Amino acid sequence: MDNNIAIKADKLTKRFGDFVAVDAITFDVKQGEIFGFVGANGAGKTTAMRILCGLSTPTSGTATVAGFDVYKDAEKIKKNIGYMSQKFSLYEDLTVMENITFYAGIYGLSDKDIKDRGAELLDRLGIAHEAKTFVGSLPLGWKQKLAFSVAVIHRPKIVFLDEPTGGVDPVTRRQFWDLIYEASDRGITVFVTTHYMDEAEYCGRVSVMVDGRIDAFDTPANLKKKFSVDSMNKVFYELARGAKRKAD
Amino acid sequence: MSAITLDNITKTYNKGKVLAVDKATFDVAEGETFGLIGPDGAGKTSIFRVLTTLLLPDGGSATVAGFDVVKDYEKIRNCIGYMPGRFSLYQDLTVEENLNFFATIFNTTVKENYKLIEEIYVQIEPFKTRRAGKLSGGMKQKLALCCALIHKPRVLFLDEPTTGVDAVSRVEFWDMLKRLKHQGISILVSTPYMDEAALCDRIALIEGGKLLSIASPADTIKKYPGKLFAVKAANMHQLLKDLRSYEGTHSCFTFGDAMHVSFKQDANTDVSKLTGYLTAKGHKELEIAEIPAGIEDYFIRITEKEIAEK
Repeated sequence: MDNNIAIKADKLTKRFGDFVAVDAITFDVKQGEIFGFVGANGAGKTTAMRILCGLSTPTSGTATVAGFDVYKDAEKIKKNIGYMSQKFSLYEDLTVMENITFYAGIYGLSDKDIKDRGAELLDRLGIAHEAKTFVGSLPLGWKQKLAFSVAVIHRPKIVFLDEPTGGVDPVTRRQFWDLIYEASDRGITVFVTTHYMDEAEYCGRVSVMVDGRIDAFDTPANLKKKFSVDSMNKVFYELARGAKRKAD
Repeated sequence: MSAITLDNITKTYNKGKVLAVDKATFDVAEGETFGLIGPDGAGKTSIFRVLTTLLLPDGGSATVAGFDVVKDYEKIRNCIGYMPGRFSLYQDLTVEENLNFFATIFNTTVKENYKLIEEIYVQIEPFKTRRAGKLSGGMKQKLALCCALIHKPRVLFLDEPTTGVDAVSRVEFWDMLKRLKHQGISILVSTPYMDEAALCDRIALIEGGKLLSIASPADTIKKYPGKLFAVKAANMHQLLKDLRSYEGTHSCFTFGDAMHVSFKQDANTDVSKLTGYLTAKGHKELEIAEIPAGIEDYFIRITEKEIAEK
C-alpha cells in the first residue's frame, strides 16, 4: 500500500435492489488530509461512509481504508478508525469519565492508557472539573468536543465525522474546527461531512456527491475557479440543484 | 394589531433552577416574517412552546393574533399553524391521510384551502399513498408545512424547519416562505443558520435565554462596532494562530476561505502595520481587505464573551 494514502476508492458501488445508492465513486484521501465529503440529502454520503467504516459491504468496485480492504478486512478497518456523528455519540446517563473509559475500553486500550489519555483529554478540553458530571447535562458544544476527543482516543489513522457541528453556536463551531486542525497536525486523517458550506472551505480537498456520483473533487480554490464563483456554497448549489434524487 | 406580542416572558425549568427564557419582549407585526436566530439551547423552542400554548410561562404576558396565551389558549390553537422542530406527523398514516386528518380536526377540508398549499403539495403528491415515516427528510418537511397550513392559519410557527437540510432544499424552503408571506400570513421562524436571517423582515438574536438584538437584518449588521477585515494567506491555519497573537487583534475567526479580524478599540487599524507583521512571519499570498460585517460576525461579536465564559 502507498503509505501516503489513507483511503482509496475505485468505482465503489452500492445497490439496494434497482436503486444505485453509490454509483461508481473513485477518489483518494491523503494521510493527514482534511477531506470534505459533501452532498445533498439523499446523495449517498451516508451509504458511502458506512462502507468505508466497514459497516456495509459494497456491491462492486474496490476500496481500502488505512490499507485494509473493505470486503475482507472490515474488522481491521473498525480498529483503525474513529467515528463521530452528531446524533449517536456519547451516553447521556454516563458521566464524562465513564464515557471516556467505556469508549477507550471498547477500542482495547489498557487500563493505564485509559487513565493517562483520559486525564490528558480532560486537560486539553479544560473540563477536568466536570469528570463526574453526567454528559446529558453538559452544553451541546462541550458534548461535541468530548465526542470528538473520545473518537480519537485510540489514536486512529482516520477519523470519520458525520455532520459534527449541527446546531451549535458560531463560536463553538469554530472552536470545534480548531480541534480538527489539531488532529490533522498530529497526522490523523479527517473525513468530514457537513451542511455548512463555509466549513467546506476549511478542507484540503472536497468531493461533492450528486445522485450517488462524485460530480466534483478538488481543492476549494480550484472548485471555485472551475465554476467561476466566489464561495463553496455557490459551487454546491450549482452542482446539487441539478440533482434528480429527492430521497434520503 | 400585532400578530404576536411578548412582554417580559420568562420560562424556567427544574423548579426554577434552569432559566430558559429571560424576560423576552418583542412583537411581530401582521404579515411580517420574524426570525429567532440562535444556537441550540438558546431558548428558541421554549418561546415557541409558550406562544403555541403548550407551556405556561413563569412570568410576563404574551398574545398571539390578539389572544392571551394563558386565558385564550383554545382560540389561539384554532388560528395558528405549528411545525415543531421534531417531525411530529403520524408516521404510519400516508401523506394524504395526514393531510386529511389535520384538515378535519380543524373543521375544514383539504379542498377548501387547497390553493394555499397547492404549490408545495404538488411536489409530494406523487407519493400521496406513501406512509409519512417512509418519506425523505425534504419531503417530510414539505408535508409538515402543508399540514400546518391546511386550516389557513393567521400565524405560522416554524421551529428550525431547515435544520439538517441541505443547502439547495433550504433555498427552496425559504422561497416557499416568501410566497406565504405574500398571502398575508405572519411567520415566526427560528434557525441556527445565520445566512437565513437575511431573508427575514426582522430578526432577534438570542443566546442563553436572552434577546440580544432586535432589528432588520440590515440594521443589525450596522450595529457592528468598528471595522472588520478579511485576511487570506497561503497557510490559513498558521495565519489564524499569528493573527490571534497579533497585539492589535480583538478577535479573529475563520469565515469560509478568509479570516475575519477585528481590532481593539484603541489599536492602530493601519493595514500596513498588520501586513508588515504577517510578512515578517513568513506569510505568502497575503490579502487584506476591509469588509462589511455580516449577521454571523455581529452574533459572534456580541456573544463571544459569554460563550468564552461558558
